[in-house]
Amino acid sequence: MLSLRVRPPTSFDFRRFNVRDLERRWRLSRDCFLSFSPKFEENRGVRFGVKSSKSEVSFTAAEEEETLPEELQPELMPKHVAIIMDGNGRWAKNRGLQPWDGHRAGVEALKEIVELSGKWGIQVLTVFAFSTDNWIRPRIEIDFLFSLFERSLKSEFQNLAKNNVRISIIGDSSKLPKSLLRVINEVEEVTKNNTRLQLIVAVGYSGKYDVLQACRGIAQRVKDGEIEVEEIDERLIEEELETNCTEFPYPDLLIRTSGELRVSNFLLWQLAYTELFFAQELWPDFGRSGFIEALTSFQQRQRRFGGRKS
Amino acid sequence: MAELPGQIRRMSGGISQLIEQIYGFSRRCLFRVISMGPIPSHLAFIMDGNRRYAKKHGLEDGSGHKAGFSALMSMLQYCYELGIKYVTIYAFSIDNFRRQPEEVQSLMDLMLEKIKSLLEKESIVHQYGIRVYFIGNLALLNDQVRAAAEKVMKATAKNSRVVLLICIAYNSTNEIVQAVKKSCINTSDNMEAYGNDKHEDRDSDIEGTDMENQEKRIQLVDIEENMQMSVAPNPDILIRSSGETRLSNFLLWQTGNTQLCSPASLWPEIGLRHLLWAVLNFQRNNSYLEKRKKQL
Repeated sequence: MLSLRVRPPTSFDFRRFNVRDLERRWRLSRDCFLSFSPKFEENRGVRFGVKSSKSEVSFTAAEEEETLPEELQPELMPKHVAIIMDGNGRWAKNRGLQPWDGHRAGVEALKEIVELSGKWGIQVLTVFAFSTDNWIRPRIEIDFLFSLFERSLKSEFQNLAKNNVRISIIGDSSKLPKSLLRVINEVEEVTKNNTRLQLIVAVGYSGKYDVLQACRGIAQRVKDGEIEVEEIDERLIEEELETNCTEFPYPDLLIRTSGELRVSNFLLWQLAYTELFFAQELWPDFGRSGFIEALTSFQQRQRRFGGRKS
Repeated sequence: MAELPGQIRRMSGGISQLIEQIYGFSRRCLFRVISMGPIPSHLAFIMDGNRRYAKKHGLEDGSGHKAGFSALMSMLQYCYELGIKYVTIYAFSIDNFRRQPEEVQSLMDLMLEKIKSLLEKESIVHQYGIRVYFIGNLALLNDQVRAAAEKVMKATAKNSRVVLLICIAYNSTNEIVQAVKKSCINTSDNMEAYGNDKHEDRDSDIEGTDMENQEKRIQLVDIEENMQMSVAPNPDILIRSSGETRLSNFLLWQTGNTQLCSPASLWPEIGLRHLLWAVLNFQRNNSYLEKRKKQL
């Protein structure tokens, strides 16, 4: 069986990412084509594919990994997973590479996780791409990050659209470059009716900023006479937060990589009852096995929400 | 011969006192050594696992919480000896009201008893000069507990050495909602006052209404100063016992950059070693965080 566990690559191994990427794109395109076949049945978490065709035989080994692993139970899968993708810079530094190589490797890791989430029945995946605190980084790194984001969106969104993935972007878009904003609007518009997985990317986002803009929205509504001050409650704030673009705004599980034990101002309000998982690996190394470990840990937890399980 | 058991008892009492004093002395020496590095100024605790502790040791239900209370007293003593100025504890959440009425009532009775004991002369409050705050939606408590809490807050208002914040009938989302309400009220009051001033002072309106609208918009500081927890800085470390890693609607706004610790021990089993481990980890990460704070 093919293993997707990424070994810590040497700088020579960098080409591996491109090869895997091509293979994955081929599989995605093939599966998309097959979905128009009358014999095709899609079940959540169960592999794609027409059983009879001989040309598929060489790929069955790859398809096995698309089913849910044994350690995970389908009924306990979280609906919404949030990820803080930390550690790209350190990963690059450990290998003597530049920070942008780390970010590129991070994008590859993200693609893998998005694919797995779609297959394993997770409905919303929120990732922390760029925080308001990250504006202090060197300008050259910020420019690279935005151009990488733009390129990734352009190259991947056809695939994601075909795989029924909806993309939403949250955060303060006022400081983003105009070309990126155009691509974002286009991507959001094209994918807005997709239903299988919603990928929310937080760019220029911070939890406090989100609550603040919700508060301003509410203040404006109070000023316009739409609501009274006494009517302000949790539900009203929830409606105004930027995560109102999804049916499941509250993450069930938050994963932070690179071993830091902090939330760093991500999704403040929404994390009230979220299970937190801190992974030791750096983000580019996280991959499938790290994801399974996080999900297994989540499935073993007892969630009581302040009440009692007697 | 009859004096012998009495003598032995006195001797063993004396020995245990001596051991306690040696232990206290070595603990204070250890704290001196640790204080060479940066010490957190604010520690927060989620005291989880009391009932599981009672079940584990086959005790009756209420005694888990009583054991938890004595664990809390020891932790407070260690924190204040170490020089930590602010300690916050999550005593009772608004969600906990959903538990069985008998349990809620017994918890309320226990809290009333302990709050009243804080006013006694021998209590830890007087020993360390603690100023006590009760944070939360106190209107949800019964009259007796609320009255006792307000009495303690008033009685300790003049203390300034160290601060204890007890979160009772508290939810972070509730705290944020209250702060948002107050900010909205303040903004509309300011708008009215501004409207009145405008009529009197037309000449100063040369800059344009856009900029003035910007200033009148709610800012982050407006919300923050209306938070009940604004009396203390943000926590440096949050310790949740019993191994669960979640915030459970506690200090969501304030724990953006807080180091989170979740030792596996249940709350009554928490000890000095967990505190030391948390503080040492804090010291390890502190230089990086200080650098980031300066940059921001």
